[in-house]
Parts: sequence; C-alpha cells; structure tokens
Amino acid sequence: MRWTSRSRSAGVPPAVRGASRPPGMGIPIVKAWALIFICIFICICICAVVVSGAPPEKHLSVYSVAANYSLPLVQREGRDYVGLLEVLEPLGKVSAKSDSRGWRLRYNNVEGDFQVGNTHARVQGRDADLGGKFLEENNRGLVPVTSLGSLLPRFLGGPATLHEGSGRLFIGSVATHFTASLSGDNPPRLIFHFTAPVNPRVATEPGALRMTFSREPLVAPASPTLTFGNKAIPSAIYSEGSGTAVVTVNAAIPVIASFSRDGRTVTISPASTPVAAGALSQTPNSSASATPPPAPAQPTPATSAAEPAPVAPARRYFAVVDASHGGDDHGETLSNTLLEKDVTVALARSLRQELESRGIPTLVLRDSDANLSVDQRAIFANADHAAIYIALHAASSGHGVRVYTALLPWGSDDRGTFLSWSTAQHAALPLSQSAANAVAAEMQRRQIPVRTLTAPLRPLNNVIGAAIAVEVAPQGSDSSQLTAPDYQQLVTSAVATAIAATRDQLGGAMRSEP
Amino acid sequence: MIPRHFAIAMSVLLIALLGLSLYAWHMRTVAVSLPAASTDTRPLAPPVAGPTERVTLFVAHDNDGSLRAEAAQIPLPSGRQQRAEELLRALLSLYLDKSSPHALGSGAEVRSVFLVDPGVAVIDLNSAFADTHRSGVLVEELTVASLIHTISANTPDILKVKILVDGKERDTLAGHADLSAFYDVTAVNQLATQLRSGP
Repeated sequence: MRWTSRSRSAGVPPAVRGASRPPGMGIPIVKAWALIFICIFICICICAVVVSGAPPEKHLSVYSVAANYSLPLVQREGRDYVGLLEVLEPLGKVSAKSDSRGWRLRYNNVEGDFQVGNTHARVQGRDADLGGKFLEENNRGLVPVTSLGSLLPRFLGGPATLHEGSGRLFIGSVATHFTASLSGDNPPRLIFHFTAPVNPRVATEPGALRMTFSREPLVAPASPTLTFGNKAIPSAIYSEGSGTAVVTVNAAIPVIASFSRDGRTVTISPASTPVAAGALSQTPNSSASATPPPAPAQPTPATSAAEPAPVAPARRYFAVVDASHGGDDHGETLSNTLLEKDVTVALARSLRQELESRGIPTLVLRDSDANLSVDQRAIFANADHAAIYIALHAASSGHGVRVYTALLPWGSDDRGTFLSWSTAQHAALPLSQSAANAVAAEMQRRQIPVRTLTAPLRPLNNVIGAAIAVEVAPQGSDSSQLTAPDYQQLVTSAVATAIAATRDQLGGAMRSEP
Repeated sequence: MIPRHFAIAMSVLLIALLGLSLYAWHMRTVAVSLPAASTDTRPLAPPVAGPTERVTLFVAHDNDGSLRAEAAQIPLPSGRQQRAEELLRALLSLYLDKSSPHALGSGAEVRSVFLVDPGVAVIDLNSAFADTHRSGVLVEELTVASLIHTISANTPDILKVKILVDGKERDTLAGHADLSAFYDVTAVNQLATQLRSGP
C-alpha cells in the first residue's frame, strides 16, 4: 500500500529516498512544492498588475498655429475618446450646451449637434460620421479620437491630420520637416536641418543618441530609416509614439549633439570633436537629458513634467506673467460658464500688451490651456532671471484686487549658494513687497479697491526674484465683470504702470545679484 | 506524473487567479465609472462635557475678508492635545452653522490634532473639508489663518503647523493655499494681523 511505503521511508535520508524511488512513481515532493510556490508567486504578480497597474494615461498632442497643447484621453467602449470642447478651446471661440435635444457645440460660427449614443453628428446641418458612439459625461462631449481627422475640418474649415497610432494631431500646415546629411569630414558629422527651431530632449546610450521631440510638430521624412553608408554613423531612424516624435541616431562611436542657427540645425559629431563656436552641446558620455538649445523667440512651455527648463545665461524678459491654473486645473469655478483658468489667460495677454507697450519685454508662461505645475512655473521664471514674476488669479468673492507676496513656510535649508527651494524667495521678499506696494498704490490712484497681503501661494516662495500675485475680483457681485475687456485693461494697465515706475529698482536688484 | 492532489491544488489556484483578476478588473471599472464621493455626511463628534473655559477663536468673515477675534465659552478637556482638538471643533461648528460668516462644506471636520514636541502641531482634516472648500486665494488663506491662529493663540509654544487631509499630504487646500510645507506660526500670526485689519 502506498501509505505503508511512505511510512517506511520516513527515517531514511532524502538522498537515499530519492535514489531508492522507482522510476515513474512521480516527482519529488520538493519539486511539487516549488511548483505551488511558483503558481502562488505568479498569482500575486498578476493580481498586483491587475489591481495596481492601471494603464498609463494616454494623451493627444495637438499642434496648431495658435498653440501646441496636450489633452488627456479616456478609454470608453474599447476606444480612445477625447473632449471635443477641449480640443477646440485653444483654437477659437467655443461654447457648448447640453439639453434635452442633445449636446450642441458652437465654434466661431459653426454649429454641431451631437446625440448621446449616436455614431453620427450634424455639423452645419450636414451629416458627419464619428466612427463610434458620441458620449456625454458631466456635460463633457466625448468623441472617438479617430473621428477628429474628419470632424475637425468641418469646424475649422481647414485640414487636420491625425497620427492615430502616436496620438498626434496636426491642425493646418504646421508640420516641421527635416533633412539629414553626412559631412565628408573625418570623423564624420551628421547634420540635421529643420524647417523651424526645435528643442528636443537628447539622451545617449551605448550605440545610439536619441532626440525626443515632445513640443515640435515634427513629421517623418520620406523614409523613416535613413542610411548613410558610414561605419561610424550608419543610420538614423524616425519613430512616433505617446505624443512624441523620436529620432534615433545609431553610432558606433560616442557622439554628442550640438545646436546652431537658433535650434534649426542639430549636428551629431564624435564626442572628441570640438563644438562649433556659439553652439550649445550636451555633456559627453551623458546618459541623461542634455542641455537644450536656447528656446525659440516665444516659447510655449510644454506640458510634460520631464521637460528641462530653458537655460538663459542672460535675462531675455524683464517680466514673467503667469496665467495661473490651466489644463486639468480649472482654478475657481467663477460661474456656470466661467473658469478661473480662462480669465487668467485673458488677463495675462492683456498685461503683456500693457507691459510691452511700456517697453518692458514680457513672457507669458501659459498662453493656452496647458498643464503646467507650480514647480515648472518657478523654474521658467528663475531660469529666465526675470526681474519680476507676476502670477494672475481671479476670484468671485470679495471686491477689487488683492496683491500678494509670499508667506514663507517654516525653516530654510540654504547651503552656501544653493537656496532652499521652499524659501528661495527669502532674499527677494523686500523687493516683492516694494513692487506689491507700488501696484496697490497705483490701484488706489485709479480708485480700484485693493489690499496687500502675504499668502501661502506657490510658486511665489520658489521664485528667486521679485514675485507677486494679483487676484482680481469683480468690483460688485457680478462675476461676468471679470471677462469685461475694459475692467481687465483697467487692472492690467495699473499693474503695468506700477511695474514700469519701479523698473529701475527691480532691474537694479537683479543686476546686483551674484 | 504529478500527484492528483497537487494537480487539484494548482487547478484551484489557477481558477482563483482567474476569478480574482476578473473581480479586480470589474472593481476597477466600477471605481472609474462612479463619481468620487465628495462629501462626508457623518455628524460631528458631540461636544465634550464638563466645565467650560473662555477661549478666543479667530473667525474668518467673507464679507470683508477679515479675521476677527471672538470670545467663546466651551468645555475643554485637560489634555493639551484634546484641548486643541476641541478648540478647532468649536471653530468649525461656527463655520458649519447656517449663519456662518465663512461657510464650509457639509461634513467638514477636524479628524484630530497632534501636538509633537518641540513646538509642532499637526492638524488632520477630513477629505470633505478640503473637497468641498471654496476655491480662491483669499478664501483659502482665511481658513488656514483661522485654524492656525486659533490653535497657536490658545496653545502656547507652537512654532510650526502642518495640515494634513485624511492623514495624507495634499498640495493645496482647494487649488491655492499651499499645504505641502510646515506653516511658520510667526508668519501666520503676522498674516492674521493683516487680516484682522480688514480691507
């Protein structure tokens, strides 16, 4: 009997037991237990992946003449969907209304009617195939991403090209093209010419240099694989994915990238080759992101948190105006149809106009509905060595304008020339308060109700130069005054006048910094 | 040949794996489709019984954006930490009242206050407090200043205050007031002075 047989072998050493087991009698118990443990391990792994491993959020990168921006995609019914209003919002005047007759969208003078669950819509009275059901969630109209290529031209009156696989949408003729040629030098240099300035993230790895274009509407050359017939730099490959374009240069030797012609030319050369004068290059043998070239004349900050800040050795902008919130961060909902993020963009544009009309070079940090973290905002302001950073907010409560300076948090961890990030504003706080007082005085002169306060409001405490925040509330109880151009101009004109009046003080302070 | 009971055990495990995976997938889909609960409708904790004490609460007023000192007579326990909790609960009961000068969303609650030596106070709010809070620089900083100034004025030796939401760090209260760092009580007291003067 089997039971008796096992019992007999209980006192025998394992090696002897194994040796005495007749062939074909089954696997040893150790192996069986190992199998069970492997099964349990696989179970745990798969459960962990299923429970916690939500798929990474997908985005649609949109390139247009008006703005480059990125929008989150949602997965519904096995398809990628996107909010149609959000797609059109940065491109023109758009509004949407939902009622019993369906979801209606108006873009400039074009109207579209959408019915929930219907695979067709009507745009200007004509039928449009969506290629999937129209969905509505929290008054957001969602359309399949695949429909954008045919739907958008109906609204925009111009071409829209969708690269479906990579989540890139080109509106109008915005594409940046490039050519690549190998110089006859020894060692050889690979020269890329772009039709517009580019600012890729550059990374090296053994045998390759990779340029990732997340902001530029770069499109593929005639053939995605370019071969050069050279042993040192044999080929370059263009690819797209996750809203970016990537050019990978295969090289048998360590190479570096250098930029010239305001970012229109990228030269890939052996790491030992001296870099041409005036060009920026990456650190040889670097495996991380390289120093990017100077940004184009009017940079639009990218939505990716991994983007490096542009390095500006000298100040290019005296003032950095920051339209607070943006993208997923709506700020305060000022009314049923008015979001703080939209008002701040309008205020920022108006303030830029007012400042530039007074001869003050101004950078608007957010000029579209882009996601921008507070850290990125501070990085841009600090990297540009701007004399003053002005964050704009809007509120429905209270009356008039509030001007804030930083309420610094507890503690400072400055180490020599390295400033603590949370209290980087400390040295510039008197200057910020001086600027805030000047703005408040100008508001009072124009009979706008105003208060100056400190506030725990990031990124004021992270900015190394003068930094203020201006919160604009209506003068009465009507929030719609916030969108009135004359009220916006009244406020921004006062801010600009005050900044212009303290220009010497602000500029002098920045020049005296180490 | 694999013994029968091992084969059964592995089959059961595989079936369990499949079942768990399907269940987890179903739960994830349900979680995505359901709107997040934005309010906590649990009632506030009952007030502490016992002898009452006179304290000063610093109450935010939205009509003029000010912070005003108001005397209150509330029952306070003997423990320092419990006293701090009761102070803030008394303050919140004002804000949750119908005639509140600075309305908070229903369900807003102070979960607990921890006093950690030397000089650290941690205020733990519930998620309904933050999720239902109105957005805006002034309206949020009035709340923060009110909480911190009330606790520091009535509890000696507090130097810095951290605000958590449901026991976790949160970037902002409602999009503006920074909650990621420790508040310097001296700086908040100066802010309270600014706010007490009104517009």
